[in-house]
Amino acid sequence: MPVTLEKIPGQEERVILSMGPQHPSTHGVLRLVLELEGETVIRGKYDIGYLHTGFEKSFESKTYSQGITLTDRMDYLAPLSNNLAFCLAAEKLLDLEIPPKAQWVRVLLTELTRLGSHLVWLGTHAIDLGAMSMFLYCFREREDILRIFEMVSGQRMMTSYFRIGGLALEPPLGWLDRVKKVIDKMPGRLDEYEALLTRNPIWLRRTQGIGSLAAEDAIALGVSGPSLRGSGVKWDLRKNQPYSSYDKFDFEVPTRLEGDVYARYLVRIDEMRESLKIVRQAMEGMPDGPVRANAPHIVLPDRDSMKNSIEALIYHFKIVTEGFHPPLGEVYQSVESPRGELGIYLVSDGSPKPFRCHVRAPSFANLQALPKMIEGRLIADVVACIGSIDVVLGEIDR
Amino acid sequence: MPADLDTNLVLQKIRDFDADAIEQAETFRGELTVFIRPERLRRICEFLRDEPQLSFKYLSDATAVDRYPNEPRFEAVYHLRSLETGERLRLKARLSGDDPRIDSLVPVWPAAEAFECEVYDLFGIHFEGHPDLHRILLPEDWEGFPLRKDYPTEGYR
Repeated sequence: MPVTLEKIPGQEERVILSMGPQHPSTHGVLRLVLELEGETVIRGKYDIGYLHTGFEKSFESKTYSQGITLTDRMDYLAPLSNNLAFCLAAEKLLDLEIPPKAQWVRVLLTELTRLGSHLVWLGTHAIDLGAMSMFLYCFREREDILRIFEMVSGQRMMTSYFRIGGLALEPPLGWLDRVKKVIDKMPGRLDEYEALLTRNPIWLRRTQGIGSLAAEDAIALGVSGPSLRGSGVKWDLRKNQPYSSYDKFDFEVPTRLEGDVYARYLVRIDEMRESLKIVRQAMEGMPDGPVRANAPHIVLPDRDSMKNSIEALIYHFKIVTEGFHPPLGEVYQSVESPRGELGIYLVSDGSPKPFRCHVRAPSFANLQALPKMIEGRLIADVVACIGSIDVVLGEIDR
Repeated sequence: MPADLDTNLVLQKIRDFDADAIEQAETFRGELTVFIRPERLRRICEFLRDEPQLSFKYLSDATAVDRYPNEPRFEAVYHLRSLETGERLRLKARLSGDDPRIDSLVPVWPAAEAFECEVYDLFGIHFEGHPDLHRILLPEDWEGFPLRKDYPTEGYR
């Protein structure tokens, strides 16, 4: 029996409506059960699990390096953020130091990921509320970003580019010119989007004062990311618990006090501008040096040394066939993904495969705020609220 | 016991509040893990949330680990965070294998609701006092608990 709502005695005329999982505005396969009086939502519940594929079980039968490919497929709009969280967790477990160039490339690419992910959010959120052209503009710009990922990693979406100990390979020549082209163009494009939406009276009426979430509620419900900052809580893991050299970059953490759909919209728009700032700094300050840590028993050797050194060949064989043995212990590493706190909890029993790998998916926690947001609102506002917390069902269901 | 455990403020505070509740404490890579007796967990959590110097008001994550065939078999794992101090803490409670149950933390942090459903769904651990404990990811009629170590990766055939 799927998730359902019981009718309250004496209120039998109220309708119980099942919305989704096949519904374009639920951003994947989210199902909502709503109790309606007329068009007003009295209460709501969510039903998830339609995309459950048992990633956490699969991790246990893969080596740490193989596990990276699974992370791509969780939050499919931000694969590089997932790669980063998993690699950082494994590196923490191994106590591995990453060369500066690899860290800078990681920062640059995860910020581009944030930009790309926010573009999908903006496009889909706007089309849900009737602004068709935004969708086309946003996907046009996102394509440029995906082409950079393809140039660097060979894949548009399932990148698996960050590896334990650094990067899969040196980024190709001329990739920074491509990045520069995109970030030179983006500020103007963001202005265009804002000209279409930020002071548009229809947009304002669909978003202002809707889906309000107070700061205390957001914290109590475990909300993170732009949805938390839209409620006035200045909390960003890039600042509050810097990883991968984020402390060496200069950027602001945009917050808004209103806590409504419009506030979350403004926070994400401002975040895109901040991401551009970070990308520019990473590009200009890109250090030289290796992109992989000097740890032959963990990091694959390059093809050249494999052909000339017997040790490299043996290490390659050992890593590919068996994997590496991390020490006994457990770590929790979280990063600020485009949706909020993405945490990886790794438990090692000393074998080459994780004993347990748990993913703290930001959307999974953020979704808990949805029933609160939609209470007493119209059905049309439900669509605005789902869009404003930017859920990705891939990482919710895992 | 390593030296940094003696000077740790969080651990010291828990000790002052209820020293008997602590089964064990350890640090690894700078992360503090405290094992709490399951029957005292909710009280300790309320204390951690309300004590002004700690104020662990944010529950990041709740999950579990199966240590099969060891006994006590399960560990309930909670990752707490203080947004004021930035401090992090991992709490664990060991649960027996034959009837794993523990007090729900939903009254302390509403965020625990979905996380505990997930643990119930995939590990079969009962959370007493949870308002709506149900299979959140798998279908209601699913047999077994997939994240248990004695559940085959490819499922039952």
